[in-house]
Amino acid sequence: MYTQALNSPEEGSHAEDAVRASRFQARIDAEERIEPNAWMPAAYRKTLVRQISQHAHSEIVGMLPEGNWITRAPSLRRKAALLAKVQDECGHGLYLYAAAETLGASREELVDAMLAGKAKYSSIFNYPTLTWADIGVIGWLVDGAAIMNQIPLCRCSYGPYARAMIRVCKEESFHQRQGYEIMLTLCRGTAEQKAMAQEALNRWWWPVLMMFGPPDQASQHSDASTKWKIKRFSNDELRQKFIDATVPQAQYLGLTMPDPEMKQDEQGHWRHGPIDWNEFKQVLAGNGPCNRDRLAARRKAHADGAWVRDAAAAYAEKRARRQMAQAAE
Amino acid sequence: MATPNTPLWEVFIRSRNGLAHKHCGSLHAPDATMALQAARDLYTRRGEGLSIWVVPSSAITASDPADKGMMFEPAESKIYRHPTFYEVPEEVGHM
Amino acid sequence: MTAPSITVSETPLVLYTLRRADDALILGHRLSEWCGHAPVLEEDMALSNMALDLIGQARELYGYAAKVEGRDNDEDKLAYLRDVRQYRNLLLVERPNGDFAQTMVRQLFYAAFADLYWRGMMGSTDATLAAVAAKSEKECAYHLRHASEWVIRLGDGTDESHRRAQAAVDDLWAYTGEMFNIDDSERSLIDAGIAIDPTMLLPEWLSIVSHVAREATLTLPENDWMQRGGRDGRHSEHLGHLLSELQYMQRSFPGATW
Repeated sequence: MYTQALNSPEEGSHAEDAVRASRFQARIDAEERIEPNAWMPAAYRKTLVRQISQHAHSEIVGMLPEGNWITRAPSLRRKAALLAKVQDECGHGLYLYAAAETLGASREELVDAMLAGKAKYSSIFNYPTLTWADIGVIGWLVDGAAIMNQIPLCRCSYGPYARAMIRVCKEESFHQRQGYEIMLTLCRGTAEQKAMAQEALNRWWWPVLMMFGPPDQASQHSDASTKWKIKRFSNDELRQKFIDATVPQAQYLGLTMPDPEMKQDEQGHWRHGPIDWNEFKQVLAGNGPCNRDRLAARRKAHADGAWVRDAAAAYAEKRARRQMAQAAE
Repeated sequence: MATPNTPLWEVFIRSRNGLAHKHCGSLHAPDATMALQAARDLYTRRGEGLSIWVVPSSAITASDPADKGMMFEPAESKIYRHPTFYEVPEEVGHM
Repeated sequence: MTAPSITVSETPLVLYTLRRADDALILGHRLSEWCGHAPVLEEDMALSNMALDLIGQARELYGYAAKVEGRDNDEDKLAYLRDVRQYRNLLLVERPNGDFAQTMVRQLFYAAFADLYWRGMMGSTDATLAAVAAKSEKECAYHLRHASEWVIRLGDGTDESHRRAQAAVDDLWAYTGEMFNIDDSERSLIDAGIAIDPTMLLPEWLSIVSHVAREATLTLPENDWMQRGGRDGRHSEHLGHLLSELQYMQRSFPGATW
């Protein structure tokens, strides 16, 4: 499992690293947290940089579908809540980039990789928000699914990631509630509003189930991540937990799950019908309905902001020079 | 073209009067003034702060975890530095 | 089916409150347009925070206007069901975001005024307006600091940023005069101690803005021709588009609760 790490030149000799690696694993097994300047296998570092930066990119790209409704929110109360929520996503992206940076990557290089289309982000943000009900469904289901994923990450073996997730989870507790409240209002509203809610659920349900990643037998990263206690539950376990939590909430709303095969088994679990994994693969490969739009929007913001960042850097340099000159007088 | 790096800052926040500033994360900013503003907008959105320090990350010197043994273990055996090391009869009362 | 516009009985106090509410909402709306598109992520945070401050101010002011009017209007009806001719905001705040320099110079001009204005209004004989002022003054003081720091960096940054910042100052200057205008309906409120006389704020505003401009190596225009009309509902072409977005849901689904 550590072959990659052992072959990495900067990590020293084989024999020495074998000892370090076993000591490292012992620390993980003892539920110790790994901190930035501690020795770690190169593969552990690489896995974390990949996962944390993807997570950060997801938060930032995730601002776009919801941001699409900030200027059209149907009441001032909803507008303030939505803006605060989208702003939180940005904050969460920043906490996560900061966590990734403790591993030696720079935010700029991570962002550049995302803008170049080389880094992934959550597939869910490549779907469009067409109606106001989509904002409700995103809060209720997309954030609900994200929370399922994120709560176990608060106990992740890497200290800075775990701490960032604690802060994220604490702040996100309002996100899902605001989404559900939107859904509840729609479902208690006019027939047209209720139809809007059902239609949004129909569109988002399957993509939301895909957020947990491929089924366990097909997942590439899980084994090592589980051993390193980066991941504590399998994709299928989390997906099932999410469905079991969601179905009663949908029933309360009076909405129908858009899965004719969904049934409750004897243990009380709601079992879903087949997921279209080909769609998931296509979205990850860049062929979702909004992949191009999302990247284009992020690239535009980055390119349009270049002169501003340059100006701030130039000013900082001038100011430092002036202060030096003053001190020399 | 690669995006040039903006300096990294560590953020410390005092959440209530009487408490110490506590490290809460980091951020990017071109200079100290902007770092302070960004820290306010990023880390005190829910009324978490009364005072903020920002420090260039590059100014921090950290102990090496590999030195954990020599740095911290020698203190562990000095139990006579703790009050519980000393026996005082119960009749004497709280001391 | 679309929801028709409401009518508002604009007594002097209702009109006065609506004007300030509209300023806050429209500028908040403009700043919220940046969310997800700012030059650095840290600025997404800052611009959203300021938008939230302004939307919060607008909500309190609309709520008060509705209460003073005493009919069945509320904050959402006032925000979502008045047409462009019924909106009373300054022309300055409806200016499109443009580039980051345009947004920051607009912020500087408005926040430098709003900070002074709300500070003055803390002494209003109207308890509600005085309370809104106490909260808004702190928010606008921060907006002013934030905008000043950016205008200084853009003005004294690179050649390109200087050029853009100077262009923003030149473009927006003619929209600053309206902040200091008063009409008869306001004069009665000023006499009653409910409102303050904004013309008194002009020298200090000018001194703040000039100081920032000097630091930023920018020149304030000599031109003293000032645009006006927003306070009476004569707006630029931009506001109609802004409102069609802002009001889309309430207009499309009459009477629905969200």
